[in-house]
Amino acid sequence: MTDRTVAIVIGAGHNGLVCATSLARAGMQVLCVEAGDVAGGMAAQHELAGGYRVPALAHVAYPVSAALRRELGLDKYGYAPGPSADTIMLDEQGRHLVLGSSGVSGPGLAASDETAYPAFRQQYLRYARILGKLFDNKPPALRSMPFTEKAALAGLGLKLRFGLGRTAMYEFLRVAGMNIFDVLNDVFTDDRLKAGIALDAVMGSAMGPRTPGTVLTWLQRLNGALNGPLSVQSGTQETLLPALVQAAEGAGVELRLNARVERILIENGCAAGVVLQDGQTIAAGLVVSGVDPRETFSRLVGARHLDAMFAHRVTQIRGKGVVAKLHLALSGQPGFSGLSDSQLGNRLVVAPSMRYMERAFNSSKYGECPEQPVLEITVPSWHNPSLAPANHHVMSVNVACIPCDLEGGWAGQREALARRVISLLGRYAPNLESLIVDHELLTPQDIEQRYGAVHGHWHHGELSMHQSFMLRPLHGASRYDTPVAGLFLCSAGCHPGGGLTGLPGRNAARRIIERRTAP
Amino acid sequence: MKIDPDHFRHALSRTPFHDRLAALSLAEEWMAWNTYKVARVIDSVPSEYFAARSACAVMDLTPMEKYRVRGTGARQFLDRLVTRDLSKLRAGRVTYVIWCNDDGKILDDGTLFQLGEDDYRLCSQHHQLDWLLISAADFDVQIDVETHDVAALAVQGPTSCKVLAAAGVEDLPRLKPFDVAALRCGDMPLTVSRTGYTGDLGYELWMDPQHAMAVWDAIFAVRGSYDVRPMGLSALEMLRIEAGFIMPGFDFNTAEATIRDGYDRSPYEAGLGWVVALDKGHFTGQSALRAEHAQPPKRQLTKIVIEGNKPAGQAFVYTGKNGKLCGEVKCTTWSPILKANLALADIEFRNGRLPPDLWVRIDYQRELKWHTTWARCQARSKPFYQPEHRSATPPEHGL
Amino acid sequence: MQDYDAVIIGAGHNGLTNAAFLARAGLRVLVVEKNDYIGGATVSRELHPGWKYSNCSYVCSLFRPEIYNALDLGRHGLQVIPLVSSMTFKQDGDFFGSYQNPHIRRRELMRHSPRDADAAVRFDTDVMRWCRLIRSMLLRTPPDPGSFRPRDALEFAYLLKKFHELSEKQLCEFIRFFTMPIAEYLENYFGNETILAHYSGGSIIGTGLGVYSPGTAYVLLHHAMGEVDGNIGAWGFARGGMGSVSRALASSFRAAGGEVRTGAEVMRIRVSGNRATGVELASGEIIRAGIVVSNLDARRTFTRIMDEQDVPPHLLRAATQFKIRGSSGKLNIALDSMPSFPALPDGSPLTLGHMHFTDTLTRLERAYDDWKEDRWSADPYCDTLIPSQYDPTLAPPGKHMMTVFVQYCPVEPEGGWTDEKRDRFGQTVINQIGEYSPDFRDLVRHVEIRTPRELENEVGLTEGNIFQGELTFDQLLFNRPFPGYAQYRGPVRGMYLCGSSTHPGGGVMGAPGANAAREILRDLHKPDTTPAEFSDD
Repeated sequence: MTDRTVAIVIGAGHNGLVCATSLARAGMQVLCVEAGDVAGGMAAQHELAGGYRVPALAHVAYPVSAALRRELGLDKYGYAPGPSADTIMLDEQGRHLVLGSSGVSGPGLAASDETAYPAFRQQYLRYARILGKLFDNKPPALRSMPFTEKAALAGLGLKLRFGLGRTAMYEFLRVAGMNIFDVLNDVFTDDRLKAGIALDAVMGSAMGPRTPGTVLTWLQRLNGALNGPLSVQSGTQETLLPALVQAAEGAGVELRLNARVERILIENGCAAGVVLQDGQTIAAGLVVSGVDPRETFSRLVGARHLDAMFAHRVTQIRGKGVVAKLHLALSGQPGFSGLSDSQLGNRLVVAPSMRYMERAFNSSKYGECPEQPVLEITVPSWHNPSLAPANHHVMSVNVACIPCDLEGGWAGQREALARRVISLLGRYAPNLESLIVDHELLTPQDIEQRYGAVHGHWHHGELSMHQSFMLRPLHGASRYDTPVAGLFLCSAGCHPGGGLTGLPGRNAARRIIERRTAP
Repeated sequence: MKIDPDHFRHALSRTPFHDRLAALSLAEEWMAWNTYKVARVIDSVPSEYFAARSACAVMDLTPMEKYRVRGTGARQFLDRLVTRDLSKLRAGRVTYVIWCNDDGKILDDGTLFQLGEDDYRLCSQHHQLDWLLISAADFDVQIDVETHDVAALAVQGPTSCKVLAAAGVEDLPRLKPFDVAALRCGDMPLTVSRTGYTGDLGYELWMDPQHAMAVWDAIFAVRGSYDVRPMGLSALEMLRIEAGFIMPGFDFNTAEATIRDGYDRSPYEAGLGWVVALDKGHFTGQSALRAEHAQPPKRQLTKIVIEGNKPAGQAFVYTGKNGKLCGEVKCTTWSPILKANLALADIEFRNGRLPPDLWVRIDYQRELKWHTTWARCQARSKPFYQPEHRSATPPEHGL
Repeated sequence: MQDYDAVIIGAGHNGLTNAAFLARAGLRVLVVEKNDYIGGATVSRELHPGWKYSNCSYVCSLFRPEIYNALDLGRHGLQVIPLVSSMTFKQDGDFFGSYQNPHIRRRELMRHSPRDADAAVRFDTDVMRWCRLIRSMLLRTPPDPGSFRPRDALEFAYLLKKFHELSEKQLCEFIRFFTMPIAEYLENYFGNETILAHYSGGSIIGTGLGVYSPGTAYVLLHHAMGEVDGNIGAWGFARGGMGSVSRALASSFRAAGGEVRTGAEVMRIRVSGNRATGVELASGEIIRAGIVVSNLDARRTFTRIMDEQDVPPHLLRAATQFKIRGSSGKLNIALDSMPSFPALPDGSPLTLGHMHFTDTLTRLERAYDDWKEDRWSADPYCDTLIPSQYDPTLAPPGKHMMTVFVQYCPVEPEGGWTDEKRDRFGQTVINQIGEYSPDFRDLVRHVEIRTPRELENEVGLTEGNIFQGELTFDQLLFNRPFPGYAQYRGPVRGMYLCGSSTHPGGGVMGAPGANAAREILRDLHKPDTTPAEFSDD
């Protein structure tokens, strides 16, 4: 059976949905095919046994941009950013540090750090805002730039020079390529504070605080903070995904679930549709992949349809997942020493110092699990009691610095890691272990299996400098179009990268529309 | 091939034919080719050249890079690798191929032998294993380097068929140009192809190195009846220019070794547009070549005949005497058989066409003193020398 | 009344280069040096009778031929002998050698990996392309991105033009190369573990980064870029040790009328009315000069020898925050005879070049992990050379001098350095070499062990960093040492920087000294005596 569609978007992750909706709103007939039985990919929810629901992977997020909300009419479909959450750096002695969007507080915090923090954050938010201009569009072509792009880039340069002023611009140039470790050590003394900031620079990436380029990854993340405060799942995504799905349907996108794409059909070097796993062929002149670019090129297209070096370079894209996910079903509310009940709705972090984080990262480099991993903890049921039976709770823990390819393999090691994490958690929440009804640990490999993210990487490719802008995912496919005519990319593997931003999807749609009017 | 840790004691390895060549070498002029020691001149260039043009010349080809390509995906792999349409290639046939990088610039050229079903040998001038393996992803194919495990001889010239037959190679006359077959020389198995780099009748013999000496001896045993001479690379250079064959890495820079943007060449620019099949299935460089083909040509490696006899090795090409610079000579030879000054020149086109009235400015030495002269050039589209007997089957040319 | 037109603080090779070009422009120039000997880190000393050590820097790779030529250093006694090879010992008893002869080099690559041998062509081509690009920027002053002066605009235009010689794809490749970890960059070409480790090593020399740290691919260039007799990529040894470089520079400087005063430590740069007026020595003596040039690193210059009121606060902060990251140690060893290396066949030429003992990327990375924890590497990366094999001036006949550059060594181990810790550090290195040379330990007659502490105390290199500041992309070009101060000028008129803290950075290159001289002469409206680059177009 063959049926004629204008555009097929592969994958109903949030970027796929954004792209599909934008295309449909531009008048195209769009079919979005999703392998799973729900839309949302890694941003979706997932059910544990016994009536507990947990966020699949993403459990904290910034709001999406106002532009995206406006363009897709998300608010109309019920999207509302969740309540603001602070980041609480847990301390074994209960001397927790609270990092909010406006300030930092906690026992033992030096006054100099307390006063320096808001100004420091403001300064980097300004940098993030300027960088954000680059995130809102396709990366520039360096040599064959049309005049409009040159003008836009020159405008950005002027903004850098005059918007920031000379001294701030110099400072921006100084820090832009640095590692977050040095920048923070220059400004702050408190280990908890430094770790709290550094966390956002390295979470989800195979990087430690000392890895050069982590200032840039932090700025990329901070860009989201310009849209509003961070919130814990049950806020953002719980309304974002339904809104995205409804917006898509409202725009006329046909969403087909349980439809795994086996390969992209190529005819005469052009994308001609997709072949589903059940053998069904769907013809289309335009195919947009919301799947990891590595998966897209190496498996769905196939190296044979690509030039040899390009295909080789695809295999060299770096991006092995380094975060495992632990889900806990709890028979009661966990109690963290020194933390009030009302603070349980925040993002809780186990990362006492940057050195601790660096050590955890060291282990992961050699395929070993760290003795003491970095943990990012949320209690989604605190916000949304319906996620668990009455008075019960679910806890979601990102366990960072867990290698994708564990030395010796994961067989038998999954439980060992889960136990290690639970006992580490127990040092902060003594009653936790006794509350556990059920648990589930997803290693990066499990994440790959469940969500199709290659090597379980959140961002479909490391957000390192050499894989950013016109190098993301690689030269020749960095402006959302690919060497295969009619095939476009829209996943987090593209500029400007991962996070629940919808920006890759939005930029890709704009590029597709632009290419159709002026190829 | 097993390499010992103390291989550094000899910068150049010896081919299986080396001892025989050394015994015959009067000139003792050796050179390096792919880490092997090979003869530049054995006796004298004219005698070696005329052996190939009038009788039979034998050259050691062993250092040529040889890759064995096998597997059910071999044909698809090769089709994706090379620019040429391979649909007519079948077992027992050989074809000339070139392959490009993603940008449609030439990496190398070579001969592709189909030895059997799903069994091919690719011979090339430059090191290609890395590129072949990069290209092999997604194909069910096995690629092995045979360079050092297969000895090779070129036997070229109008009497080459008779010489080989007299040396005991069976069943040779039935081979048509670009045929390849498994034959025997006495009790030694050989792969023989009717191919060569001289533009004349000729064969290339591929064998197990342990038979190399014996095959050589069998060939040179007929010297009482036939004129058979060993040939070095200097004479070959003259022969190949006469025949209009190009040499990537010498006539233009290969893409892999190109540092400066724009110094590499596409097949169209190298005058090899005829081996590019834009409309076959996908091959590496296809989109770049399509885009290039849609534009008027910018330059082309052009066969030119230069008036007079001054060696024009490093000459520039102009449009008009004292006119505008439009190109440079890449290789040149005096053709003893045509009594003409032949060259391949890289010439910039004007408005998509070869500029009219080509001249070269030649700086040449006489008794260590430099002179300058201008010579008019004629462009040629056909090979400079193409004897009819090169393609007759069975070869008929007598002594 | 001026005592001199210009006074240069520090007789390192860049200070001397700078001084020589100023003297050639007719200026009365004095170089003051705190030590009793000249050269800074470009020095050879006889610490054990009969043996001459190149105590700090040990090879000439980056010294600009333009400067060599312009200052006539050949006539002043400098001779750079090319280094012919490098090698890595493997733990399994084998070795990988990179030979000078191209045929042997290729065959050796084939011995380890036929595929990598072929990929080496692609690798060499690409690295050479980046070398050409960077090389064209070495003898130029970086533009100031915050300025709108025509000069800076022109300099930016020059950079753009250079980048425009690359295609779009090559530009992207360059940016990628510039920001990439060396290990990952090499994995684009090579697959053999030993080959990867062998080529990676050069990229961590002198840096506080590991082979998997972004930005290290570029450092490879800094070591591959040098040229000896026009061969890009070759390394060389100064005959007589590295001290010959400073001796030749000093000789050329004196021939142009300059003066050098040793044992004269500068306490501060005197400033009056926002203008440098001279220097004050530790002895209390004041030397008046309209031009003061510091060969010290940027942090030391702005925080130690300038009065706080003369340095704007943002500059002081930038100087304090300048990333220096000492990470290297050095052993100089007097040997009773040539040590044997059983892994090498008899007569192997590989002992003539660099010898390394780290054969996997993991070992290299773990060595870095130790440094991050403020420990010296338990299994360090050692760049070992025995230059006395071809330089008869370094050791008595039949005896040998070995120089071992060690990566990584912390600025300050936990609890600080003691002599005992220093000796244990040295022993770690000697043990590593001893594993590959059974007679080595018995041949050791004298060892000079240098940790960052010794490098800082003797030479004045802050944290003992050999580059006077980390050579990573965040501290290069107009960011070196800091944005807004990359044009060699200090915060007050008449005050300049000329050390490796400035563009184009470390290595015995001379380019910072020459570039600073060009800027000084421009400010004085004097004819430029510094050379333009030798283009290879």
